[in-house]
Order: sequence, then structure tokens, then C-alpha cells
Amino acid sequence: MSGHEFQSFFPESGTVDMTDTTTNIDDTTFAELRQLASRYPEARSALLPMLHLVQSVDGRISPAGIEACAEVLGITAAQVSGVATFYTMYRRRPGGKHHIGVCTTALCAVMGGDALLEQVSEKLGIQPDETTPDGKFSLERLECNAACDFAPVMMVNWEFMDNMTPDKAQKLIDDLAADAEVKSTRGATITSWREAERVLAGFPDGRADEGPSAGEASLLGKSIADEKGWAAPKGGKS
Amino acid sequence: MVDKLTPVLSANWGTDNSWKLATHQAAGGYQAVAKALKMTPAAVTDVVKDSGLRGRGGAGFPTGMKWSFVPKDNPNPKYLVVNADESEPGTCKDMPLLLASPHTLVEGMIIASYAINCHTAFVYIRGEVLHVHRRMQQAVAEAYAAGYLGKNILGSGYDLDIVVHAGAGAYICGEETALLDSLEGRRGQPRLRPPFPAVAGLYASPTVINNVESIASVPSILNNGAEWFGSMGTEKSKGYTLYSLSGHVARPGQFEAPLGITLRELLDLAGGVREGHELKFWTPGGSSTPILTAEHLDVPLDYEGMAGAGTMLGTKALQIFDETTSVVRTTLRWTEFYKHESCGKCTPCREGNWWMVQMLRKFEAGQAAVGDVDKLLDVASNIGGKSFCALADGAVACVTSAIRHFRSEFEDGYSTPAWELFPYGRSALFEVPETQGAHA
Repeated sequence: MSGHEFQSFFPESGTVDMTDTTTNIDDTTFAELRQLASRYPEARSALLPMLHLVQSVDGRISPAGIEACAEVLGITAAQVSGVATFYTMYRRRPGGKHHIGVCTTALCAVMGGDALLEQVSEKLGIQPDETTPDGKFSLERLECNAACDFAPVMMVNWEFMDNMTPDKAQKLIDDLAADAEVKSTRGATITSWREAERVLAGFPDGRADEGPSAGEASLLGKSIADEKGWAAPKGGKS
Repeated sequence: MVDKLTPVLSANWGTDNSWKLATHQAAGGYQAVAKALKMTPAAVTDVVKDSGLRGRGGAGFPTGMKWSFVPKDNPNPKYLVVNADESEPGTCKDMPLLLASPHTLVEGMIIASYAINCHTAFVYIRGEVLHVHRRMQQAVAEAYAAGYLGKNILGSGYDLDIVVHAGAGAYICGEETALLDSLEGRRGQPRLRPPFPAVAGLYASPTVINNVESIASVPSILNNGAEWFGSMGTEKSKGYTLYSLSGHVARPGQFEAPLGITLRELLDLAGGVREGHELKFWTPGGSSTPILTAEHLDVPLDYEGMAGAGTMLGTKALQIFDETTSVVRTTLRWTEFYKHESCGKCTPCREGNWWMVQMLRKFEAGQAAVGDVDKLLDVASNIGGKSFCALADGAVACVTSAIRHFRSEFEDGYSTPAWELFPYGRSALFEVPETQGAHA
């Protein structure tokens, strides 16, 4: 990772691969796409969730997925791909079973994120935005994921992996590779990237009750206040 | 005398199953909804206006006033959209709130929707936070089942639907008009104003867009009164808020305090800068707010205090960097972020951030030409204020403020790589091999 020459960190987004026409989209998918469209006052509002659903079915934004969204919404395929190519989460090529993100925005980078990305990249044998040949892992150089008080941060299938170290990163990848049970530090048991995409599309997986209320850092101010007997003023009325 | 920390939003974050309806109700949840639905919508808006609550997402616009801008005579439906696209580098308060206490937001959304006569409300959550979606989806489902959402809420005759919506990885969608375009199923690009969203927002209808924390603060104001809220904070910056400390501090985390607390006070609570090190620079509210240094430790962290120091309160994301940190490296990394996140609509932002990255890479590598600092400032001056939205201004602010406070460090980039002046491993929290983590 020299980083000096010009390069896009996000080559996976920005285009749709029209050469790979394979798809798993079937009648059930169409029914679910229509269901998403019906949740909004204007159907087109469902397009982002619909594209998440396409990814959960096809593992990427497929040409068939684009056509399906266009058909359900009554817009053109060009309009759909224009949207799909704008957003970083939509992939041109299939993501791995587990999508690994390492945050390298300034704060995480400085705190060790750069080193973690290099380590994980080396261990997986792929660069950011690539997928391992066995389809098990894809890797992404993340931008700030709203967990800075837990830096350095990694994500697996968009679940928080807080306060990472080289040892923890090593074990995380080993465990995922061995299909051992892995739990997010502030989330559920890790399933797969595609299952995550289905939840983001708006189909709950029943795992909301897993994991803690909050991480230690989130509770720090509250616990100091409790220690010192500090609280907000008593309300006049409730 | 108000206590130094005043947990309200975070008061129940440590409770078991804090995210569930039953837990929320046991702590008095949804009482504010019952109360609000017995008032007139105008009276609800007045309480929020009187409280002095200002937007917690960065701009600090008075929340109640925003609600009152919704025209009553417009025949179109009215919409409430909650901005949960928390992506500003350093910002990490709304996601823990939604994980631990999603019902506080649902409750606030019901009250705000009622106040503006809205019957369909949306919460736009960034996509990259799976568990936040799960908790929010479940909270909304629970609220429907309990009769807090849907038809005839609590027998009041008032109807409301809430849609939980996922973004897909675009920082720009935190900008309110880009968020609206994204929520309409388009590329997230900002709109020219006027018309303002209050007049022509979602589907060209009157729309209020508020930050998560702003809306989540509403139930406590309804429960305890405007005066109670105003008893915390400063004259023009009223109430409590979430401050997030991250980076080189002994104990990073969330601190809920009255507006106007200082970084020195917060650092004391957080155990100070990490052991053996000292503060070099910090952001008051994310990377888009101009950086400050140790000389600003005692400036009140409120809207006016930060404006007086030439910066902004922003999202109250206090990112702390110690003396091991290269300002050039940090600035480059933030600029790379803005370059990628520029939506491409405005040429100064799209091209300008690209050029600033090219230049900053040379500074980092010690290969900048003598005089490039002024050239960089010149490029910056052609970006800021010359684009549709505030992304460009934020991108420029981190560069110009870094040069203002640390010009000589940039001039060192004429001859010496940043990683030689500030070996990158020293900033990390763990041992980093010489060959790793540096652009060496």
C-alpha cells in the first residue's frame, strides 16, 4: 500500500458489471421487491432498500437485479443503475461470505487502523475491494463508521468490532475462516454479508435482542455521573 | 447549581434490555406522547420553542422554529424525516443512542409528527450499522403493536406511520436536501435552496428534517417542561447534549452534560490525554469543524463559544490528537474522505478536493514544492463558499485550520516526509512493526 500514486480506494462501486448475467432473482424476489415498494408513499423511495435486497439475493448489483427494480418501479434500467453506481455499499462484483471493513479515516488510521488494514490484507491475500478466490472474504477500506470512541474499529458484515488490536484481528479472521461462532462487540452473532443486506433491505432477522445495550465507552459518562451522584435536575412535572 | 454531567438520553443505556418497549415503559417511556396528544399541535411546538432546543446535528438551528416554518395552508401531506445518517468523521453519538434506546427516538418522532401535522415519518439510517437497523425496526414494530403507532394513537384520533429506511454508504446524504433526494430513490445530491424543505421537501411537500439527538430530546422536554430544559446549559445554548470524546484520551466515551462544559473539564473526567502524552489538536464537532489546540481548552463547548473561537460546535465529536500525531497525515486522510464523498455535483468541490489530495500527498511524502502551502490555501479558497452545500466548506475548514495552527509542519513537507517527523507507529494504540502502518 504505497498510497502515493493516484488510485481510487473504491473501485468496486461506480460501475455495474454487465458481462456477468447470472442471477438468483425469482418470483419470490419480485414479490419482496413489490412489498418494499408498497411501504412508501411513492414507490421509488424504496429503491435503496430494493438494491440492498438485490445484493442479498445475487451477492452484487446484477444486471437482472437492475432490470427487476426498474420493472417494479416503472422506471428505466438506466435510472436504476444511475442510483446503484452512486452509493459505496453497492458492489459491482460479488462480496465474500464475510465482508470485512477496516476503518482508515483519520482518527482510526492514526490509532492503528492503517496497520490493521495492512495486516488483514496480508492475511487474506487480497487488497481492499477484492474478494478471496474461495468467496469467503471481501475487504473494504472503511470510512468513519460512527464508533470513534471504540477506535480502532473494524466491521464484519456491518457489525461493530470495537477496540481492535492485531491479535484480535488475527483471531477474528481465523475464527471466521473456521466457521467458528463470532459475536460482534455491540451486535449479534455474525451471520453473513448477504443476510445482513437482507436486514438492511427491511426484512428483520429476529436478532435485535442479541448483544448488549451499549458498549463500555458509551456508558462512561453515565457511570461517572452515578459514581459522583450527578444527575439532571429533577423535573418540575412528569 | 447544575451537576457537571446530566444524563438524560443516556440515563437508561446501562439497563438490561434497554432497547425493549417494556423497559422503556417501566422508566416512564411514552408518557410524553400521552401528554402531547392531549395538547394542541401548536402548544407542543411552543414548548419546544420555549425550551431553546437547537439542532444537535451540526447547524444548531432552533428546533421549534423549524417546526413552525411548516405552512399550515399547504394542501400537501407534511413529512418528518429523522437524519440518522451519522457519518461525520469523529461523530458517534446517534448510533449508540439508537442501539440502546430506540424507543426514545420513536417517542420523539410521534410528538414531533403530531406537532407538524404529519402522518408519515421516516428515519433515514446510514446503511453500515446493521444492529442499529435491527433495534430500530423492532422498536417501531413494538410501538405499532402497543398502539403508539398506526391508526388512532392512544384513542386520540391521530394517525402516524413510521418507515425505517436504510442508506447505502454516502456521507453526502447527511446533508438534508441530499438526504431527501436519496429518500426519493435518487442519487444523493443536494438541492438548491430556496425552496427550503419546510416548504418543498420530500415529494415537494412540507418537510421537517431533524437530527436523531434533537428529536430524542423532545420527550424529556414535554415531560419536564421548557424551563427545566433551560435550567441546563448557557443563555443561548440551552439544555444537555451528548459529547463524544475519542482518540488519544485515557478513557474515550460519551458524556452527557449541559452545553457550555469545556474540553478541560471533559478531559479531566476522561482521565486526560493518554498517559505520557500531551494534547496537540482537536476537533470540536467532527472533521468539518476547524481544529483547535491546547489554547482553547477553556472555551465553552456551546454554539457561541465555538463560533467565538473561529470554529463550530458541530456534532460535539471531540477527536483528541496528541503530540505524536502528524497534522499533515491527518489532514490528508480527512481530505481523502471529502474527495471520495463529494457527490460530484459542484465542480469546485469535485475537482478541488481531488487537487487538494494530490497536493497533500506530496506534503506527506516531503515532496511538496516551496510555496505549496500558499497554493494549497489558494485552491481551498476556490472551493469553500463556491459549492451548493456545506460539504465543500467542511472539507476546506480542516485544511485551512490545520495550516493556520501548524503552518511550519506543512512547510516541513517541502523536504521531509511526515512519517519521518512523526513515526506513525507512535500514534497507534498498539505496537506497530516498523514496516507496517506507515507510507514508508
